[in-house]
Amino acid sequence: MSLLDAQNISVAYRGVRAVEGVSIAVQQGEIASVIGPNGAGKTSLLAALMGLIPSEGRVMFDGRDISGLPTEARVERGLALVPESRDLFATMTVRENLMLGAYRHRSEGAAKRQAGMEEAFELFPRLRERAEQLAGTLSGGERQMLAMGRALMGRPRLLMLDEPSLGLAPLIVRDIFRTITTLQEKGVSVLLVEQNARAALALSAHASVLENGSVTLAGDSAALAADQRVTELYLGAAH
Amino acid sequence: MMDTSTLLALVQDGVVNGAIYALLALALVLVFAVTRTIFIPVGEIVSFAALTYAGLDNNATPKVLVLTMGLGLVAFLRGAIRARGRALLMLGLETLAVPATVTAVVMVVVPMQLGIVANAAIAIACVAPIAPLLYRIAFAPLAEASVLVLLIASVGAHLALSGLGLLVFGPEGARGEPFSDAVLEMGPIILPGQAIWVLAATLATMIGLWAFFRFTLAGAALRATAINRRGARLVGIATDQAGLRAFWLAGMIAAVSGVLIAPLTTIYYDGGFLIGLKGFVAAIVGGLVSYPLAALAAIAVGILESFAAFQASAFKEVIVFAGIIPVLLWRSLRHVSVEDEE
Amino acid sequence: MKPLYWLALAALAVLLPWLPGLPLFWVSLACQIGICAIIATGLVVLTGVAGMTSFAQASLMGIGAYATAVLSTNYGLSPWLGLPAALIASLLVALAMGAVTLRLSGHYLALGTIAWSVSLYYLYANLDILGRNDGISGIPPLSIAGWKLIDIRASAVVIGLGLLGAMITTRHLLDSRWGRAMRALRGGAVAAASVGVELGQARMLAFVYAAVLAGFSGWLFAHLQRAVNPTPFGLVAGIQYLLMAVVGGAAHLPGALLGAALVVLVNNSLQDWLPHLVGPGVNAETVVFGLALVLMLQAAPTGLWPLLARKAKPRHHDTTTTALPRKTMPALGSVALQAIGLQRRFGGLVAVADLSFTLHQGELLGLIGPNGAGKSTSFNLLSGVTQPNQGRVELAGRDMTGSTPQDMARGGIARSFQHAKLVQSLTVIENVALGTHLRGAASPVAAVLRRDRAEEARIFAEAAVQLERCGLADLADASATELALGQQRIVEIARALAAGPSVLLLDEPAAGLRHGEKQALAALLRQLRAEGMAILLVEHDMEFVMSLADRLVVMDFGTVIAEGRPQDVRNNPAVIEAYLGGVA
Repeated sequence: MSLLDAQNISVAYRGVRAVEGVSIAVQQGEIASVIGPNGAGKTSLLAALMGLIPSEGRVMFDGRDISGLPTEARVERGLALVPESRDLFATMTVRENLMLGAYRHRSEGAAKRQAGMEEAFELFPRLRERAEQLAGTLSGGERQMLAMGRALMGRPRLLMLDEPSLGLAPLIVRDIFRTITTLQEKGVSVLLVEQNARAALALSAHASVLENGSVTLAGDSAALAADQRVTELYLGAAH
Repeated sequence: MMDTSTLLALVQDGVVNGAIYALLALALVLVFAVTRTIFIPVGEIVSFAALTYAGLDNNATPKVLVLTMGLGLVAFLRGAIRARGRALLMLGLETLAVPATVTAVVMVVVPMQLGIVANAAIAIACVAPIAPLLYRIAFAPLAEASVLVLLIASVGAHLALSGLGLLVFGPEGARGEPFSDAVLEMGPIILPGQAIWVLAATLATMIGLWAFFRFTLAGAALRATAINRRGARLVGIATDQAGLRAFWLAGMIAAVSGVLIAPLTTIYYDGGFLIGLKGFVAAIVGGLVSYPLAALAAIAVGILESFAAFQASAFKEVIVFAGIIPVLLWRSLRHVSVEDEE
Repeated sequence: MKPLYWLALAALAVLLPWLPGLPLFWVSLACQIGICAIIATGLVVLTGVAGMTSFAQASLMGIGAYATAVLSTNYGLSPWLGLPAALIASLLVALAMGAVTLRLSGHYLALGTIAWSVSLYYLYANLDILGRNDGISGIPPLSIAGWKLIDIRASAVVIGLGLLGAMITTRHLLDSRWGRAMRALRGGAVAAASVGVELGQARMLAFVYAAVLAGFSGWLFAHLQRAVNPTPFGLVAGIQYLLMAVVGGAAHLPGALLGAALVVLVNNSLQDWLPHLVGPGVNAETVVFGLALVLMLQAAPTGLWPLLARKAKPRHHDTTTTALPRKTMPALGSVALQAIGLQRRFGGLVAVADLSFTLHQGELLGLIGPNGAGKSTSFNLLSGVTQPNQGRVELAGRDMTGSTPQDMARGGIARSFQHAKLVQSLTVIENVALGTHLRGAASPVAAVLRRDRAEEARIFAEAAVQLERCGLADLADASATELALGQQRIVEIARALAAGPSVLLLDEPAAGLRHGEKQALAALLRQLRAEGMAILLVEHDMEFVMSLADRLVVMDFGTVIAEGRPQDVRNNPAVIEAYLGGVA
């Protein structure tokens, strides 16, 4: 049984179908990715899975139907999203941001939260240096790390990442992607939405290609990486 | 030039009034930050609390409870359209059970004549719930609407509440018992006991709010909702609840202000509106986001008003309110917005 | 509406009040409704059309009322002289208020009008010359040739004709060049700026117009009631006028009359039987109105008129005259647009690091790059929406750095937007006509007097020509809301073309288009290029841009990583890496 099983998801926005009949599944313990050109509907898909925007279709998480639930309830069940806009609490410190990431576990003791924060700092050492800095003053890469760290504080079963490499320098992107692979070891499954097709395909086991709101290709990542159609999707047909 | 004692008296007067405006400014900033609502009816909460407190002198059960319960019923019906199961139960508890309980307790306690502080508590308990009930009735259904629509709704709520206030309290004004008749003399400064209560309460509220936001998880959650609503949802904070909590806090603060101000001046059913508006001027100076700036601006407004009343009493309101306009201008220049009007 | 209609309505206004057997009480109510409807009409323009909320209309009514009251009582002038005085006074006050407050936007503006309303109220209540709280009484009635219009029916005639005049003037104003500019303030302001509309002027026009109508209403009020005091001009009254507009439907002219009628009639009946319910001497109507306002906002935010009336027939414009004179295109091959070392930072983030390129007349340049590369920022730098931190933008050799979008438009640049910004309340052809703003000259006064008809005819002919070129001629009279997003983008191009530019900047025009539509668009762009237009195209659709562009500029991380012919760029390893991504 898949950890996440989304069936026939459709999202309409101002009369435009941003996502049309998309089905996607993520297995327990795997990294899956969704690639596609800009405007393909990737962000809308993730937002719909998280309950941030209304959508049609069914979303099963861990065997239970979460289709009608609000975002807060989905977070409670172990689903987490790091959106493209990161949505950090800019006027709060790094530490406060991380603490709020553990809001889901607020009934547990402070000791557990502290332990969680230690883990986050180990994963992202730069954040430890900046613990008392305001989130709004961080660089792009640090913000991405904080956003991921905050999501991980909730100890989610499935972490969804929306374009984690966006606007980041190549070296930082490399670090972030390395971190994503280590998440698997911690038992966190990952759904990665990326424009950087090569890196996403190298990282994931399965991939879906989203074009104009629909899935046009799907399957084993290695196979897709070698597929000419993927290249053409991004660069147009060879002339 | 005026002499020092007059100057000091004016400044003192201004600071005490300014403290009240500061409390209201805090409430307004809080509500706006979390729900984007400019809570104009805060003035009615102030005058209702003041009049209730003053009216407790004659040992009758406060008539305002009819209003509170009535609003509770409306809020219940409004929310019951959508709510089911557990949510419906919680709705009923908050909108029906709480006002009913307050009414029952008050009816028992009032004849016992427990003294001024008890009276103050009773007045606050009767009136503070009106704020969250207003949220449920008027603002929560408009949660996704623009700030402008929320403002218009706020104006409508103010109009309705003001009319209801006239029905409940009548057109006469009233004045409450001061908490303390003591007078503190420090050299040229003569502080009546009530003024000390006002300043102390304002300080306590500010510190309390600060501590709430800084040290409690609920406070952090409220702050987070105010800073980034989507981010708050993504960490699992129920943001609708945040709005309700903000209105509860605002209601309490406004009710406390009303009780504090009752002994200082004669309050009429619509007197709170002007007081609220001044608190609002201060909140705007703080850009509707900064508490310290709003508090400082409130003191400034109080002092300005004090001097304006002294020099040109008939035009003091004109001066204070015409003064909002350059502030708004300055504020909007700093908050560069998209050109579109919608 | 045809002139015959207006004439018939005028006749009705003159004759109806004298109907035998008509209760005078009804006539009195009609007078109240008429006065309120005039103010509400102003609000339709200010709030419904231009999107600015004002709580101060009652105060402005007071300006007109007090102006004529003072002149006719203190100075004994004829009440008819009070009319220009009332209009001018409210115009001047509105100019002053507007100069300060109109820069405020959204809720700040509304708050500003609340502040004005409260201040003016206290001013009225405390000035000796205005009689303070007691106001001014004994105002003489209007008189025609010695005959005093004391009879309420005579007043009703005047008010009825006044309301009619207000509606006609408003219709004329909205159906004009500046009318389109005002409509664009709501949802299409950025687009309007890009075709040269001075937004501040458009706002001021709406504000002043609404104020003059309010002042006119005040004049009528003063000579009807024959006494004025501050109360009808306070904040509560201001809220009620807004309520009328909201209830009736602020965006629709008939809504003003509907809203005014509803509120006045409900107010009246409430004053009748509420005292039975709650006791005498208590005016609890405010409760009902407050509730009504909140309810309307939650249940029917666009007002009642749209719910009651069938959708109106779309406006149709005659497009058979000759179009506007064609502007000569600069010489083929000459430098049209040049970016020199452009840089734009947002805080610590460098969005555009060093952008340089040259675009010539008769050339199509494609600006491409992965998401986040800085294309949108570059676009905004070139069209005047953002100012660069460093570098220059030159238009045909002229330094345009730091120019506003309106300056750019005057210089001959036109653009389309990635997220289409059509004005929802205009039809497709009217949206295109907005693009001709700088090519027209009719002032608002000319519009009101209908002296702009010849120019308007040529404007719409021009708009029709551009729509035809873009292949959307049969959608001319459709409402902008009915179009698919892709088609909306094409309309934006038509609007840009209507400005007669020499440089065209297009932001992802092909997104959302079907294959056939893309081919048509490609053909259009080739045609424009052949005519000498300089075109800069930002696109994600690689097929589309590769087949069209003469040259490509590729951006990544804010810098240009490649430049050249499409086939060279496509095989450039740096470009491939930028798009497909490096291996992590």
